[in-house]
Amino acid sequence: MADQTQQTKAAEDGAGYWSANIRIITISLIIWALVSFGFGILLRPMISGIAVGGTDLGFWFAQQGSIIVFLALIFFYAWRMNKLDREYGVEED
Amino acid sequence: MDQFTLNLLFVGASFALYIGIAVWARAGSTSEFYAAGRGVHPVTNGMATAADWMSAASFISMAGLIAFTGYDNSSFLMGWTGGYVLLALLLAPYLRKFGKFTVSEFIGDRFYSPTARLVAVICLIVASTTYVIGQMTGVGVAFGRFLEISNTSGLLIGACVVFAYAVFGGMKGVTYTQVAQYVVLITAYTIPAIFISLQLTGTPIPALGLFSETTATGGEGSVYLLQKLDQIVTDLGFASYTEAHKDNLNMVLFTLSLMIGTAGLPHVIMRFFTVPKVSDARWSAGWALVFIALLYLTAPAVGAMARLNITELMWPNGTNGEAVSVETIANDERYDWMETWQKTGLLDWEDKNGDGKIQYYNDKSDAMAEKAAANGWEGNELTNFNRDILVLANPEIANLPGWVIGLVAAGGLAAALSTAAGLLLAISSAVSHDLVKGAINPSISEKGELLSARIAMAVAIGVATWLGLNPPGFAAQTVALAFGLAAASIFPALMMGIFSKRVNNVGAVAGMLAGLVFTLIYIFLHKGWFFIAGTNSFPDTVDGSLFGIQSTAIGAVGAIINFAVAYGVSMSTKDTPQEIKDLVESVRVPAGAGAAVDH
Repeated sequence: MADQTQQTKAAEDGAGYWSANIRIITISLIIWALVSFGFGILLRPMISGIAVGGTDLGFWFAQQGSIIVFLALIFFYAWRMNKLDREYGVEED
Repeated sequence: MDQFTLNLLFVGASFALYIGIAVWARAGSTSEFYAAGRGVHPVTNGMATAADWMSAASFISMAGLIAFTGYDNSSFLMGWTGGYVLLALLLAPYLRKFGKFTVSEFIGDRFYSPTARLVAVICLIVASTTYVIGQMTGVGVAFGRFLEISNTSGLLIGACVVFAYAVFGGMKGVTYTQVAQYVVLITAYTIPAIFISLQLTGTPIPALGLFSETTATGGEGSVYLLQKLDQIVTDLGFASYTEAHKDNLNMVLFTLSLMIGTAGLPHVIMRFFTVPKVSDARWSAGWALVFIALLYLTAPAVGAMARLNITELMWPNGTNGEAVSVETIANDERYDWMETWQKTGLLDWEDKNGDGKIQYYNDKSDAMAEKAAANGWEGNELTNFNRDILVLANPEIANLPGWVIGLVAAGGLAAALSTAAGLLLAISSAVSHDLVKGAINPSISEKGELLSARIAMAVAIGVATWLGLNPPGFAAQTVALAFGLAAASIFPALMMGIFSKRVNNVGAVAGMLAGLVFTLIYIFLHKGWFFIAGTNSFPDTVDGSLFGIQSTAIGAVGAIINFAVAYGVSMSTKDTPQEIKDLVESVRVPAGAGAAVDH
């Protein structure tokens, strides 16, 4: 019974759920690109003034920083989406 | 106990453990063979994915490539971890919701076309086989070293072991075995790194040690490890470690290729079919990356520290003093590793000018020519240093205890074996499940399906071993080519299948073929046809290459072509039928995923 109500609600909110998901994905991917392609490669000269352990911040982002941000992004997304699933009532039983 | 016996003991014990687990959890049915009955916890699954994923390329090869190039090879670090973001956000939860066994099944159903499924199978086989070639290179290095035989004999023995090992079980056996392999490989990777970090910087965490000051009490006072490294490598005429020397275009495209390739590799994606729920698929990707990051945050430290150690061993009196003498190499036990590695044919030196010393420097640097002439040097005398030996030789170079060396040998083999087994499983399921059962003979018995799976494994490993004897590059470079192929063919099809309702059967097939053929031809033009050396038309350098893009970076361009062709062709052909639009709708929401779709 509860399952059926959820299904109907899912159909109504389907578009809203999907566009909310797309918005979260877009923001996450912007950060993903910024730390790796941005700070790690293309923007490295711009932030080269910031010294980190014998080298500059861009080097740190290229070798370690981006990996740490990637981790944070995936866990953020999993947490946020599981919350979104509940908000729209589309989670699994 | 001598080192050889110790290595054998560690490797033997770890193998006994894996085989024990594989026998204990042997696959009974086809469903278990492929997807372990979908009963694997996200953390367990993440750990197994990490073992499956971190192959000879990550364990044996990557730190060596970083060590000798420095910043420029950061692409490996960002590329092979950043792909998990794409996987977690764009693919894993939806493919789990779809609930089938293989990647090509999804492509076949979503694009309502057996042709699309067939093309996907071909793409998977091409990418996975290239990947296995890279693994076999690593297996050859590892077996060659620990059995103290030539690289070629090591490769042949390794191939037999990998085959025997992969035949033992399906995914279920592999899942639990891979958890054990993860533990072995991460311990083996971090313990020597911790020792070396303590020696050089006094910091027990290698990832932090990389950015710390060195403990060595030189006359110049305390100095950062990276500054010291930059100093001594430039003194010898090599490119500085921390600066960029590669053009941005190639670095960005290479990183991007590795990222989207990661998200397009069948043996990694298959992992996400085995978690119980859609939400678990999201967490699983995160857990996998946690376990992968433990190694990837350590790897740049391993590379930099090993480079420093090697250079200092070759120049024990500083870069302006006398080089190490031939006599010292022969007699001093700190140089024993050079003699053991010489046996594999992957390390060599030659006293070209007959001064009894081995001068290690960059003889291609103009700045060094003058110094060399003044000192009577006749070229770099450390004539061969295969990048793939660095990680395995690292504990010996740093003069660590024998048990650490044995542990690293076991870890390197665990990395190569776990991935090779996972890939062979992906290849065999593609052939037996998708090709034989899906297209050629749908009424085949379960027994016949398993038999064809095993024949496919044998053929794949045979081809990979044959090509592995003359690999197109160091292990990690060959593996990077496999990622380029997966990036150009599989990832775009999967992503469009989920995020677009408009891309149809004709578009998907055209896109995958365009991406695969373009990338494969570009690679063959630079690496030789079917990777046979000498048959290439262009040198594989930035300046010599066809479009100024190296073959390892071309996968990203192939992916863009795939997207463009698929979209263009779809827009000019018939719209997708309603039931496909409904299918896409249902894949997008987690509700109603069900425990497992029975097959």
